[in-house]
Amino acid sequence: MLIFLLRRLMQACFVMIIISVISFAIQDKLGDPVQQMVGMTVSQQERNQIREELGLNDSFFLQYWRFAKGVVHGDLGTSYYYKEPTLDVILEKLPATLELAICAIILVILVATPCGVLAAIKPKHILSRLLMIVSSIGLSVPIFIIAILMVYIFSIEMNLAPSFGRGETTKVFGLWESGIFTKDGLKHLLLPSLSLAIALMPIFVRLIRAEMMEVLQSEYIRFAWSKGLSSRRIYFKHALKNTMLPVITVGGIQAGTLVAYTILTETIFQWPGMGFLFMDAVSRVDTPLISAYLIVVGGIFVITNTLVDLIYGLVNPTVRLASHGL
Amino acid sequence: MKIKVILACCLTLLLWNTATATTLKMAFDADPISLDPHEQLSEGTLQFSHLVFDPLLRWKQDGKFEPRLATRWERIDNKTMRFYLRHNVTFRTGNPFTAKDVVYTIERLKTSPDFRAMFNTIESASIVDQYTVDVHSTYTNPLLLNIMTYVFPMDKVFYQGRDQIIKYGETFASRNVSGTGPFIITERELGSRMELKRNPNYWDTKSAGNIDKIILTPIRADSTRLAALLSGDVDFIFPVSPIDIERTKRIKGINLVTLPSTRILLLHMNQKRRKEFQDIRVRKAINLAINQALIVDKILKGYAIPAGQLSADRFLGHINDLKPEYDLKKALELMKEAGYEKGFRISMMTPNNRYMNDEKVAQAITAMLSKIHITVDLKTLPKAQYFKEFNNQSADIMMLGWQSDTMDSNNLFEFIIACPDAKTGLGAYNASQYCRPSIDNDIRQANREMNPERRIRLMQRIERTIYNDAAIVPLYWQSLIWAAKDKVKIQDIVNDQNYPHLGDLFIEE
Repeated sequence: MLIFLLRRLMQACFVMIIISVISFAIQDKLGDPVQQMVGMTVSQQERNQIREELGLNDSFFLQYWRFAKGVVHGDLGTSYYYKEPTLDVILEKLPATLELAICAIILVILVATPCGVLAAIKPKHILSRLLMIVSSIGLSVPIFIIAILMVYIFSIEMNLAPSFGRGETTKVFGLWESGIFTKDGLKHLLLPSLSLAIALMPIFVRLIRAEMMEVLQSEYIRFAWSKGLSSRRIYFKHALKNTMLPVITVGGIQAGTLVAYTILTETIFQWPGMGFLFMDAVSRVDTPLISAYLIVVGGIFVITNTLVDLIYGLVNPTVRLASHGL
Repeated sequence: MKIKVILACCLTLLLWNTATATTLKMAFDADPISLDPHEQLSEGTLQFSHLVFDPLLRWKQDGKFEPRLATRWERIDNKTMRFYLRHNVTFRTGNPFTAKDVVYTIERLKTSPDFRAMFNTIESASIVDQYTVDVHSTYTNPLLLNIMTYVFPMDKVFYQGRDQIIKYGETFASRNVSGTGPFIITERELGSRMELKRNPNYWDTKSAGNIDKIILTPIRADSTRLAALLSGDVDFIFPVSPIDIERTKRIKGINLVTLPSTRILLLHMNQKRRKEFQDIRVRKAINLAINQALIVDKILKGYAIPAGQLSADRFLGHINDLKPEYDLKKALELMKEAGYEKGFRISMMTPNNRYMNDEKVAQAITAMLSKIHITVDLKTLPKAQYFKEFNNQSADIMMLGWQSDTMDSNNLFEFIIACPDAKTGLGAYNASQYCRPSIDNDIRQANREMNPERRIRLMQRIERTIYNDAAIVPLYWQSLIWAAKDKVKIQDIVNDQNYPHLGDLFIEE
């Protein structure tokens, strides 16, 4: 186990180094940061001087070396726009994104599970068929169309929820700016989290349905029926439990999609989270911030993957990880 | 008993009414990048300067000057102009506003990388007495007043000693602010929110403005911004995308205001990259093949003015009879004469998120040029990448939009038409590589010419030469489009430079 852990950590470090090199290498392709900092009439000479001061004229290796040295000390660079350490800027926006993502996940769990189960138990039922049709439409409609439609229906036409922003926030424990404890904040959370949830839901409904149908065919369910257990007990206790295992695994993989979707949702709803920050940084050519974001998100991925692997090992010791070629 | 209750209710209502503040919630596409008014010469910064600071003088909607912190001015001699300052004005900190602040601000502007280009024609500013300042220019400068609209006096006592301007680092001035303007910043979250409240000590008590509080949210996406207005979450937005205009107009309670701006959109035909463009017949043919009126009508939905020259009609260089021409037959003949009957292949680059519908305009131009057998390889880029390519002159035809900082034609000529010269900075945006020493001469002269008649003649001569040479392809002056709720009277405070004078904005209760 220990060997596995060490190997996994080394692997993680290696992946992070590659992510950092790539995110650093693309900086040059994103545009000229100095162009964004100065007015049109500033002469080429002055621009060059700023480039020089920022060290943008140095070779790629020198720049990367400087950057890597900083990273080792926990310094991911300073944002050109915010003029603060990039890590601080990102962490400041993290709560907003987390709240959005968690709300969406809760919505997905609450809605997708019963829908999936229903579609599996009564596949011929009109409601199940409708669910399947809606979910396949949902799979193919891009999230921004869903989001724009929601804004149109719920904020412009019906005036039920605000169309952008995070609303009123309160400080929790002195460090977490949260919107979920105020009425205004909750109202603002409604549309973005709903559209994020709608984007993620179809795949889970279909997955739960497929898994559940398979489980319902298995021996032990038949045995449970013959034993005369109530259908509720069979469906929701015995069958659902086994259905959820693969669903959770897929859910872990879907974390990537979630990150991508938060970028889109936050841009549309002007949600002041990490994804919005990232899109803003791209348009401002705030290269240190872009690199830092990619590294932070990359780090989150690597950590989750490592944890998932570890948990697998713990849950099912027969998966002999150390000799698994990892 | 009943009467008492009713009375109490009325009283609360009355008090309630006086207690509610008039709040303006606005969503613009950008917010100022810094609280330092001298860090970047951009629309966002100048809009902010008009809120928190106050200029010596400013442009009125009719294109005339309006005294603000300077109550009047007079010319002392060829190079000196005297400004008389307003009395009893205080900064946010409570420090009194005097001549020393004006001198300090002008000196600081001269050190700002972005403003230096404009202010290096000002030799110095000197204090005459507490409320009088003399501004000395290096040579007789006809545009001195235009330049002085950029002087937003800063609190010397507050800033001095910690006033450096750094573009990429935190400075005192980028985080702290003390101005004399109609509003005071109360809260700021960079890139997502700015809150201001009315300055209780603002000198202009005659102003119709009745806003107590402003909440500015920068919203970059056109559709989100419009949705925010339509759902009632904000009261005032800029800009409105042309495709949304018709829809917005139909909605009750929304007021759309448009003004033609002086920003000119144009195409540069690089004569260094392509020998074909050295032939005036080819350049003329391209000019004739592009139908500006159609572009404006179909793509910009009429929210622009087709251009046949660089100077907008409020500029001195404007010539009324220079109209955009469209004549395909003549264009084809010219191409034939020049020996390019079969046409040729060129590259073209334009931004796709900088100007109104820029990408669609570029596509239309590609189609128009194909009619005279010029095949265009079009590449459109986001502005962050585009201007890097523009500086490298990476394509044969490049699009550029230019707004004159001084509201004067000569600024256009200096940057777009003059022979490129890295040392003087002239022709910095001349991606045509067009060069005519006689124009450079006229530009220099116009910079010093105090006689308005002679100055007009000089600049019109330049404009005529550019036209006859078909040096560039002028496209159109794009309009500025704002939208607000009906009760927000924006039509009185917006202007063609897009620095809305929000201090004077009146909102009906």
